[in-house]
Amino acid sequence: MAGKPKLYYFNGRGKMESIRWLLAAAGVEFDEEFLETREQYEKLLQGGSLLFQQVPMVEIDGMKMVQTRAILNYIAAKYNLYGKDLKERALIDMYVGGTDDLMGFILMFPFLSSEDKEKQHAVIVQKATSRYFPVYEKVLRDHKQDFLVGNSFSWADVHLLEAILMVEEKKSDVLSGFPQLQAFKARISNIPTIKKFLEPGSQRKPVPDDKYVETVRRVLRMYYDIKAN
Amino acid sequence: MSGKPRLTYCNGRGRMEPVRWLLAAAGVEFEEIFLETREQYEKLIKDGALMFQQVPLVEIDGMKMVQTRAILSYIAGKYNLYGKDLKERALIDMYVEGLTDMMQMILMFPFSPPEAKEKNLDSIKEKATNRYFPVFEKVLKQHGQEFLVGNKFSWADVQLIEAILAVEEKIPAVLSGFPQLQAFKKRMSNMPTIKKFLQPGSPRKPPPDECYVETVLKIFKK
Repeated sequence: MAGKPKLYYFNGRGKMESIRWLLAAAGVEFDEEFLETREQYEKLLQGGSLLFQQVPMVEIDGMKMVQTRAILNYIAAKYNLYGKDLKERALIDMYVGGTDDLMGFILMFPFLSSEDKEKQHAVIVQKATSRYFPVYEKVLRDHKQDFLVGNSFSWADVHLLEAILMVEEKKSDVLSGFPQLQAFKARISNIPTIKKFLEPGSQRKPVPDDKYVETVRRVLRMYYDIKAN
Repeated sequence: MSGKPRLTYCNGRGRMEPVRWLLAAAGVEFEEIFLETREQYEKLIKDGALMFQQVPLVEIDGMKMVQTRAILSYIAGKYNLYGKDLKERALIDMYVEGLTDMMQMILMFPFSPPEAKEKNLDSIKEKATNRYFPVFEKVLKQHGQEFLVGNKFSWADVQLIEAILAVEEKIPAVLSGFPQLQAFKKRMSNMPTIKKFLQPGSPRKPPPDECYVETVLKIFKK
């Protein structure tokens, strides 16, 4: 059964959002099952669907894939968004590693105490503007191409746009020192599949709210405090 | 320029150890530069050698590679340890990522405060025996093959043997309920390149001690 990929996760961004972005960018339609109750999660566990007892889980091409990075690697390669050779792949992996680390600071944000949220906000902005954005700004400035790697649209571009938009949600003028990234943002947002994903009604998820945090804690029984890093 | 990959990191396991393991398993000789002072680290940053101001750094094939996963993927791809097609690659990635999650707890362990160490050790034991090891035990039992994926030695096997040994250092009897993993451990340990890596005098680093922790904190203090 060829079928569409099916995503199993909470009804929110979390670790699944990058997967939604990448499938959407590749023009691949997908179905979603949202975890709302502990019972649903336990049923998945008992059914042996979750290799390491965790979500994200994506049913794709007859596999029940887990581990976000594995899923993303597979999708990128399958839809030719992973460069043309080992060296381009290496660059894409390095760039995605950076944006992944940056988005990691934002991933845990909703689960922090109010006091830690304030500190973390500052960390996110500081890391974005002094460690991560300058790298991509320079890459684009140096080669003057439309895309990060090999003059061809790739996973690295999708991931960077996702990261830019997430940081902008925290500080709307964060790109003010980065003209290349501003142009990149406009360019990539206008790619038809991405433009569609950015429109209301798409499967893109909104900024996580208290209800999302509650659902995750309830389903995973994750009631301990998350510490900022 | 020798042409060998050159690794820059602290003189200890940390995030570089899986890279040492994979290169060694592939039979690739490499050089190492050890960070000992903050000044060394700051010079690397000033020279623009560290893309995101972080180590590990591996100079290989004309690239200054950072981001552990990127480095490992490149080495696995280059030395044919990444499966024969996309689906085998997917399996290898899933296994490696799971093991990396487990190893993360061991990675952070030396840096946890003394009062948290017992709890963290219990957590490592619990996750290893209930979440991770059963998966690999089952994989090996079901296909009855020597290697985890595609009946062929791959990155996943290297990551698993590294993980098993790291957990055993903390919990010596941890494999007692896992006969397949015991056999796997023996088999992998006897592969020539791995056997060599497990001998004294190899680039394999010892378990982190207080001196290592102190050095890391001194170099990377914020």
